[in-house]
Amino acid sequence: MTINPQLPIHFSRTHRLQWEEAQQKFVILYPEGMVELNQSSAEILKCCDGERTLADIVTELEQKFATSGLHPDISAFLEVALNNGWIQQ
Amino acid sequence: MAGYNNNQIKPTPPRWLLAELTYSCPLQCPYCSNPLDYASYKTELSTDDWKRVLTQARKMGAVQLGFSGGEPLTRQDLPELVRHARELGYYSNLITSGYGMTEEKIVQLKEAGLDHIQVSIQASTQELNDHIAGTASFEHKKQVAHLVKKHGYPMVLCVVIHRENIHQMPEILAMAEELGADYLELANTQYYGWAHINRDLLLPTQEQFEKAEAIAQAYKEKVAGKMKIYYVVPDFYEDRPKACMNGWGTTFLTIAPDGVALPCHSARELPGLECPNVNDYSIEEIWYESKTFNFFRGFDWMKEPCRSCDEKEKDFGGCRCQAYLLTGDMYNTDPVCSKSPEHGVIGQAIESARVAALAADEKPLVFRNSKNSRGMD
Repeated sequence: MTINPQLPIHFSRTHRLQWEEAQQKFVILYPEGMVELNQSSAEILKCCDGERTLADIVTELEQKFATSGLHPDISAFLEVALNNGWIQQ
Repeated sequence: MAGYNNNQIKPTPPRWLLAELTYSCPLQCPYCSNPLDYASYKTELSTDDWKRVLTQARKMGAVQLGFSGGEPLTRQDLPELVRHARELGYYSNLITSGYGMTEEKIVQLKEAGLDHIQVSIQASTQELNDHIAGTASFEHKKQVAHLVKKHGYPMVLCVVIHRENIHQMPEILAMAEELGADYLELANTQYYGWAHINRDLLLPTQEQFEKAEAIAQAYKEKVAGKMKIYYVVPDFYEDRPKACMNGWGTTFLTIAPDGVALPCHSARELPGLECPNVNDYSIEEIWYESKTFNFFRGFDWMKEPCRSCDEKEKDFGGCRCQAYLLTGDMYNTDPVCSKSPEHGVIGQAIESARVAALAADEKPLVFRNSKNSRGMD
């Protein structure tokens, strides 16, 4: 599965993205399991609101962190997320 | 309370809390992980006790929560506990036989904030399911699975695998797909508690295991992206032991129905642990300071061959309950390990089960019920 650039991306309804105070990081929770996220992965997933497309997310994060050239990294991570069922289109 | 040794690093906090709400269960599965003498533990924690336990463990960092039993649906305060757990930010898993579940309850629990329901099915046919469960339950379980899906929960189907149903592997896989399971847990029986006393009748042969595993692995590829298959390996046919509980007192905390805190749900069988009760201590005191939770932390307790083994940080010497049940000494290397001087007991168990399977006069399974439990005090 690959990301369709035309379609918005939403976070999975059967997973939960949550800040964990004890661990000081975001985690993805699903049946009997948990994935700990680093800061950049969490920032990307927080943008998956069912309205933004891949290009929108790249623009948003490049502005937020005053940088450029994020497209390849974001695209690669979202593909991993899609194949793990964390996001859908 | 003994306290952890100050020379050691402070233990990691619990991540997983298993709340065994009750030992009552309408089913009688002969591989149940509850203790053999469960009928002698009559008291159950109150609603307020459970709320306090959930609050204390969450504050320490526990995030995955399993409501289990027995059958947790027999507790009338389940929706209240689920609501409390959701407010605290737990991810709540309900581990149920489906017995006593209605559409109304599924909706009520969803509104209370339950995240996921795991339904167990014992086999792919009504006849075998109802025989193993000791209760007519097959059709209802399938209905419950449909309803879980209908109301937007991720649906996990759990099937415990043993010699009586392992030949149904293709049908079990097809049933899970047809029911729309998001996850299928194929749990090869772990031989503790009731499964330990029924082992001769439940342990499949190596050939049966290999055939079933090959079928399950091939199916995994077929349903990739649609249904995730968790395959719990049968450790009797492995060369190295499992990293039981991810290491003693590192991740998992079980609270038994009467409030006894356990590093794993079988630890009650081990002698001399003096397991603490949540009625007497806070979860923080239990986790960091109790003798029980410090008993097998780290590596100082190990005997040879574990002590000098370069894999001890990978598997922590395996399972303490298995070492105790099969060698009589809970400090021994898990005999599943081929480096264990007592590894021969595994071969003997496999051979004993094979002989029992071929014998014409197979003895009957001992079902998990109060009458049989009272006979085991």
